[in-house]
Amino acid sequence: MDQFVSPTSLPSYLEQITEVRARFERLKAREVILDVQHLNKFFGTGPRLTTALKDINFCTHRREFLCVVGPSGCGKTTLVRILAGLEEKNSGEVLLQGKAVTEPGSDRGMVFQGYTLFPWLTVKKNVMFGLEVNGHGKHESEQQALQWLQLIGLEKFADAYPHQLSGGMKQRVAIVRALANQPRILLMDEPFGALDAQTRCRMQAHLLEIWRKIDITIVFITHDLDEAIFLADRILVLSAHPGEVRELIEVPVPRPRSLAQMISPAFLATKARLEELIHQSKSDDDEEAETYAMVARLTDVADNVE
Amino acid sequence: MKTRWLQVLKPLSPRARRVLGSLSFVLPILLWAFVSYVPSVWHPQVLITKPGSVEYLEPGMRMDKDAFDDEVASAREDNKPPPEGYPSNPIYLPAPHEVAIALYTAFTTPPVSQDGQWLHQSLWHSIQIIFWGFVISSVIGVPLGVLCGTYGVFARLNEPFVEFFRYLPAPAFGALAVAILGIYDGPKITIIVIGTLFQQILIIANTTRKLDVGLVEAALTLGTKNAKLLTRVVIPGILPDLYRDQRILLGWAWTYLIVAELIGTTSGITWFITLQARYQHFANVYAAIIMIGIIGVGTDMILALLGRRFFPWDRSLEKSN
Repeated sequence: MDQFVSPTSLPSYLEQITEVRARFERLKAREVILDVQHLNKFFGTGPRLTTALKDINFCTHRREFLCVVGPSGCGKTTLVRILAGLEEKNSGEVLLQGKAVTEPGSDRGMVFQGYTLFPWLTVKKNVMFGLEVNGHGKHESEQQALQWLQLIGLEKFADAYPHQLSGGMKQRVAIVRALANQPRILLMDEPFGALDAQTRCRMQAHLLEIWRKIDITIVFITHDLDEAIFLADRILVLSAHPGEVRELIEVPVPRPRSLAQMISPAFLATKARLEELIHQSKSDDDEEAETYAMVARLTDVADNVE
Repeated sequence: MKTRWLQVLKPLSPRARRVLGSLSFVLPILLWAFVSYVPSVWHPQVLITKPGSVEYLEPGMRMDKDAFDDEVASAREDNKPPPEGYPSNPIYLPAPHEVAIALYTAFTTPPVSQDGQWLHQSLWHSIQIIFWGFVISSVIGVPLGVLCGTYGVFARLNEPFVEFFRYLPAPAFGALAVAILGIYDGPKITIIVIGTLFQQILIIANTTRKLDVGLVEAALTLGTKNAKLLTRVVIPGILPDLYRDQRILLGWAWTYLIVAELIGTTSGITWFITLQARYQHFANVYAAIIMIGIIGVGTDMILALLGRRFFPWDRSLEKSN
């Protein structure tokens, strides 16, 4: 029963073993890639005005893996869409290597939750797409696309159409399609949200493998706390209504990550802290939970299931 | 296993599809045959074989059953030979076999008048009218529809007017078209263009708007800009749906054909139909109408097959026929 670590016996999530601390020191010594300052975003006008994001501040360093978590409705997706340039901010600054972000561009890649591979293009041509619209030659684009497909082990599917791939394969192609442009940063909006549990697990390992091999900074949105701890260097925790930064947590779990770590004290301590932060801020889910108490009993009093 | 016929949104077995598909043709033909070949069903008239003592009757004439019965009764009263005949349908409803024969002989029968046209010449003329009407409409309507669906500016600038104009019946412009373009093919093509174009703009604009916005956003984050967004994402993305729309609109153009051909000098298949009706060759009239249907459905089936070739990645094809 030693798998069951009681919350009181957990170490503090702030405690870092020497190698983890050293890694964070190295990470913070690297140059800042993305710098977000006093970012505000409102929706609606007049009395209907709601604040989606309020005074968001954070920065990521080169080759950092940053996860963003928060209760539903905290504006995670809005944040990443602003970073991508797909949505406009109301005030504040988003700087990519010191340059202000105003519109979508090939310096920021994005992977969406839904499948957004172009259905009319083969897998290879999907990967070539970004290169071609950015002025690379056809031959060069093709060579690079094939290399990217090799990286994710899908070179056999180069001439298949997206509809012939499984959900996990589609998202792998979507990741390398974004990476083919060699962006400075990869934005991922719950990319594995639509996948089943096993596939999601494999995809997380895949993603870490890719991240380890190439020079890319990742901002990864998720609502799955285990996923966030498993993947991230640091986790940005947002609260809902309005979306504000609650804490930027440095994950004390050492790398390389493995599934076995999910029951390690450092992992559990981080998870306990995340849950504490997220449940503090009242979300839409709490209102739903309250309604359960109002459900009348419709079975015989002796007919119990638990 | 018990076959269950009424299942919501469940595809039928291939066999059931084939059987039901042929029944959809066989059943109306059976009904037609039933009305034509069973004398006790309908047959409101009598086809005279012998006029008997009635002076105004001739063999081959048709008259109402009541009038015929009266004539028979009065002849019998006067002890004169009564007229003879058998029950028949009005001349405007020929039996299936008569139309079948007409379908076969229509192409082999020379024109009634000397300057007349053979059936295939009439049909070919009609097909040309449709073709040019549809091509002209598409050359304007497809790009405009795509632009309206893609950019709000074009949509607001065009669609309110188009929305108004599409309620104006195309044949209403017949007289105007003749005044401007003369009496030959010009006004006919114009009517087909007017009848098709305005629907075309709206339908294609709507199809374009249905494109998954996620694809456009993905392209944006890959660094796609301006015109490339239109040529590399919007157009290829809507192409299979646009092709389907064009098939439906081509059918639409066909429905304007007869009205269009009546404008100015009557021509094409309409001329053939009017002429045959004037001579009371109703079997030929039906044959010509069926011919229009066969050409229409035939073109659509060919286009559907070609569509499968053009867009091998299109999944919505599996759901439709």
